[in-house]
Amino acid sequence: MAGSEVKVLGTWASPFALRIHIALGIKSVTYEWVEENLEAKSQLLLESNPINKQVPVLIHHHKPICESLAILQYIDEAWPSAPSILPSDPYHRAVARFWAAYIDHKWFTWLKGVASAEGAEAKKAALDQVREGLVVVEEAFGKCSKGKDFFSGDRIGYLDIVLGCFLGWLYVAEKRNDVKLLDEEKMPGLAAWAIKFCLDGAVKDVMPDKDELLDYANMVFQAMAKAKLNAPPNN
Amino acid sequence: MADEIILLDLWASMLGMRVRVALAEKGLKYEYREQDLRNKSPLLLEMNPVHKKIPVLIHNGKPICESLIIVQYIDEVWYNKSPLLPSDPYQRAQARFWADYTDKLNAKSLYELGRQLWLTKGEEQETAKKGFMECLKLLEGELGDKPYFGGENFGFLDVALVTFSCWFFAYESFGNFSVEAECPKLVAWSKRCMEKESVSSSLEDPLKIHGFVIMMRKELGAE
Repeated sequence: MAGSEVKVLGTWASPFALRIHIALGIKSVTYEWVEENLEAKSQLLLESNPINKQVPVLIHHHKPICESLAILQYIDEAWPSAPSILPSDPYHRAVARFWAAYIDHKWFTWLKGVASAEGAEAKKAALDQVREGLVVVEEAFGKCSKGKDFFSGDRIGYLDIVLGCFLGWLYVAEKRNDVKLLDEEKMPGLAAWAIKFCLDGAVKDVMPDKDELLDYANMVFQAMAKAKLNAPPNN
Repeated sequence: MADEIILLDLWASMLGMRVRVALAEKGLKYEYREQDLRNKSPLLLEMNPVHKKIPVLIHNGKPICESLIIVQYIDEVWYNKSPLLPSDPYQRAQARFWADYTDKLNAKSLYELGRQLWLTKGEEQETAKKGFMECLKLLEGELGDKPYFGGENFGFLDVALVTFSCWFFAYESFGNFSVEAECPKLVAWSKRCMEKESVSSSLEDPLKIHGFVIMMRKELGAE
């Protein structure tokens, strides 16, 4: 199948775009990656995702699919041969979708909250919330993995991808705030899982280098801080 | 062995109604248990310890939470009657995208915007109204000239959205606007959906919802 039939619009730093890299890798699908500049979005991106104008977008046979979780499920259904990404049992699928929603809507919002928290007390509260969320997910990991390496069992799947894509940004938050969030003592299951996830064949070649991500984050936050200082006062 | 299905719900919840519509579409018998969210039952806390919210479906003792996840679960388990998601992966992705849009809206869900419509005043209310109508207009655009969001057949996205229609009267009264004036196609679609038994038996009377909102506003000190 020609590579140009499958296109992914993404950015190297986007955890959501990383999900698509990993999923297509699991399915051994050849694809063309289009690196977007979010400061100057391409016509293709604006046309493909007019509602959110965000990455990632998967374009398959010229038809766009948006929203990373919808894309993951699409990939699993459009390329149905093994290995599968979602569990086959409807109950386990519902559990996986539940935790994906928790991670995206609650936990990731808290992680973003660390960057926007101002003052030492607010920062500490934000970091504590991220850690507490991980403790909740640690329990979910125990139930889902049933003693195996990944949320999905022996191989990485939906929930592994959903959480695993944030490991780089979690590292960034740890380094920038000089704290440990993914704590081997409090979350032994997740700590071990994280190492195995990053080594997985579908992950290791596409996951951005975490120190490069840290440099990038430092640069972005510095620019944001400067812009704030230079911004005209509100009247 | 017969399936045991229990639904923990609140009568006025448009999110809970989604599950009721899906269960009715599949012709399933279930036990409805009304919840008091001011005094949460041990069962609710046990079945949804993370969010402690309704709706929760309990199927043969196992809980499923989050309304759209429950609807997909129902569709997947009872797949040979009235399929809600289309079979084509691309169309499924579209349905999921729009359902997700309604519930997330890059920050505020349609539910949250609607809540602010009847709970707040002044500028806050105006902002919520604007966001709410923008969402409805986009959804109307997505509907186009199709009879249902699912095309010829009532489907997943129809289930996700139709339950908001019994709340329109309440939103309009407190927000001082008309959904029909801004989105006539959407109102026509909601009436078409109401012709289905599964929808008319699951949605609540708009006047009762209006009364519920009056009560909630008093309770939350909005008066």
